[in-house]
Amino acid sequence: MLVEKQKELMISMKNRKKYLIGIFQDEDMILNAVKSVCKAGISIFDVFSPYAVHGLDEAMGIKRSRLPIVTFLAGLTGGLLAMLLQLWVFNIDWPIIVGGKPFNAVPAFIPIAFELTVLVGGLVTVAAFLFRSRLGPGATPKLFDSEVTNKNFVLAIEQKDASLDINKVKEMLITLGATEVKEKEV
Amino acid sequence: MNCEKAFLEKPLIEGNKSFSQISDEICAPVERKPGKLWYISFFFAVSALTLGIVLVTYQILVGIGTWGLNKTVGWAFDITNFVFWVGIGHAGTLISAILLLFRQKWRTSVNRAAEAMTIFAVMCAGVFPIIHMGRPWLAFWTLPYPNSRGPLWVNFTSPLLWDVFAISTYFIISFVFWYIGMVPDLATLRDRATGKVKKFVYGLFSLGWDGSSRTWHRYEILSLILAGLATPLVVSVHTIVSMDFATSVIPGWHTTIFPPYFVCGAVFSGFAMVLTLMIITRKVLSLEEYITMKHIDCMCKIVILTGSIVGLAYMTEFFIAWYSGVEYEQYVFMNRAKGPYAWAYWTMVSCNVISPQLLWFKKIRSNLVFVFMLSIVVNIGMWFERFVIIVTSLHRDYLPSSWAMYTPTFVEVGEFIGSFGLFFTCFLLFARFLPVVNMAEVKGVLNVGRKTEGAHD
Repeated sequence: MLVEKQKELMISMKNRKKYLIGIFQDEDMILNAVKSVCKAGISIFDVFSPYAVHGLDEAMGIKRSRLPIVTFLAGLTGGLLAMLLQLWVFNIDWPIIVGGKPFNAVPAFIPIAFELTVLVGGLVTVAAFLFRSRLGPGATPKLFDSEVTNKNFVLAIEQKDASLDINKVKEMLITLGATEVKEKEV
Repeated sequence: MNCEKAFLEKPLIEGNKSFSQISDEICAPVERKPGKLWYISFFFAVSALTLGIVLVTYQILVGIGTWGLNKTVGWAFDITNFVFWVGIGHAGTLISAILLLFRQKWRTSVNRAAEAMTIFAVMCAGVFPIIHMGRPWLAFWTLPYPNSRGPLWVNFTSPLLWDVFAISTYFIISFVFWYIGMVPDLATLRDRATGKVKKFVYGLFSLGWDGSSRTWHRYEILSLILAGLATPLVVSVHTIVSMDFATSVIPGWHTTIFPPYFVCGAVFSGFAMVLTLMIITRKVLSLEEYITMKHIDCMCKIVILTGSIVGLAYMTEFFIAWYSGVEYEQYVFMNRAKGPYAWAYWTMVSCNVISPQLLWFKKIRSNLVFVFMLSIVVNIGMWFERFVIIVTSLHRDYLPSSWAMYTPTFVEVGEFIGSFGLFFTCFLLFARFLPVVNMAEVKGVLNVGRKTEGAHD
């Protein structure tokens, strides 16, 4: 039993990586720190914050998300399918005259086509967001700091190769205003 | 220095708070045991809901005959309640979507509760057409699916079917918008939770949120997309509701002004309901520093604007009825103002057109007791608006021999009370188990008006 547990622990340890993290208390400081660290040529693993810090995506060089394309395509599909279904039902499958309206009562089909554009567009975009961000029920969060959803801004640098002078980076983060700098396995 | 500061924008959030203070204060009502007041209100809400359930059961067992409808007035209390509740729902999406697109930062403290109100109001609205069906267990027949009845399809050219699609899309999208907006806050609750059950439940619903900047980036774009989708949606929903009437050929209903007039009326009644709820919520949960007098002031101004548009629409309707030269149209409007339901018409005018004009005065806008009473008056007025439109247009039709009066029965009134029970039961549960203010967004606007530099937009 004990051996198995140890093995399990070893496997979970294997997936863990070593990070150098700096904790900041203010959005201006983290923005400044990200810019300086990037300038020094050190690649940042990620930044974690309690709310969306504007300008951070730009400072980190995050490419603009392509979610709007997903919305456009999904919305188009939803709208077209709704329109086609209505046209098919009223012209081919079961033509019926209601209230003297023509079979091709296209203006009357617009409300439902619009609603389905919004419905399919919205739901598919949310699904794409969850998939892309690896979020979903049962997903375990990689928390770099327990206060990140409360007040702390965390800058994480992955310790991949030996060329990274840890002590130098640590010093740099402290001069940039980090209240705490530590190495952590996540 | 002080002089200079006086000209700057006032802080949105009062009390010079820190981030952890915000988390502590907003999570407090969720983490502590509810007070006596909550239990008493919950008891009344559940009692009203029970009354509603009993009466709906009775009505389904016996039939629609338990209502006061007759051959002439086939639509009355039930549809009035439906339009009333759908209208209330509109303010939530307006605050969360349209004000987001207009970058109105004051929305951050009230959007969560307003969206919750939307969802519960749409639920209440949905109940009425379903119980009106007579055989509510066949409600799914309104959906177009291949069936063994032919397949016999639904009538896609009917505004009643458009309603099915509009209301259900509105409910689903509002719910998703509300839930996605809550995920970061659920993660905060998860990381604060001490009990095992709480940690598991909040952990499950926070979807593994970790506050990564990449996720935040996508999240912000997703919020904008959903807001962009919800904005035309909210306009389309009440437009389609108004088409239930406008596409018919009944004098008093058959008017092109209905869609914009209904949408404004919906926003008007919705904001009145948000004011009613927010004035109580901020007091009971001591959130006065988050939902400040500035918020109340902003919402009062929207009430004046939409109330005035509604007033203008009433006048336009009268003018067009006279100008059209159609005597049936003219009769319907004169009958509204002078006929047997004149009391309902003048209640509507005094509540909706005259009373909100008092909000032009700053002194009245900053008097909470007055604003609270006024918000209830507006909601009474808006309920009567729908009653007047529906009942007075029907009760005296083309043939004087079929003229009739309509009086609601105990069952109808009780079911309406029951819908309030459903609404308040849901809202009280929401205030008990979920954070009523969006913590992540409030933290983001904390700097507004506090310091000149670094306040982001």
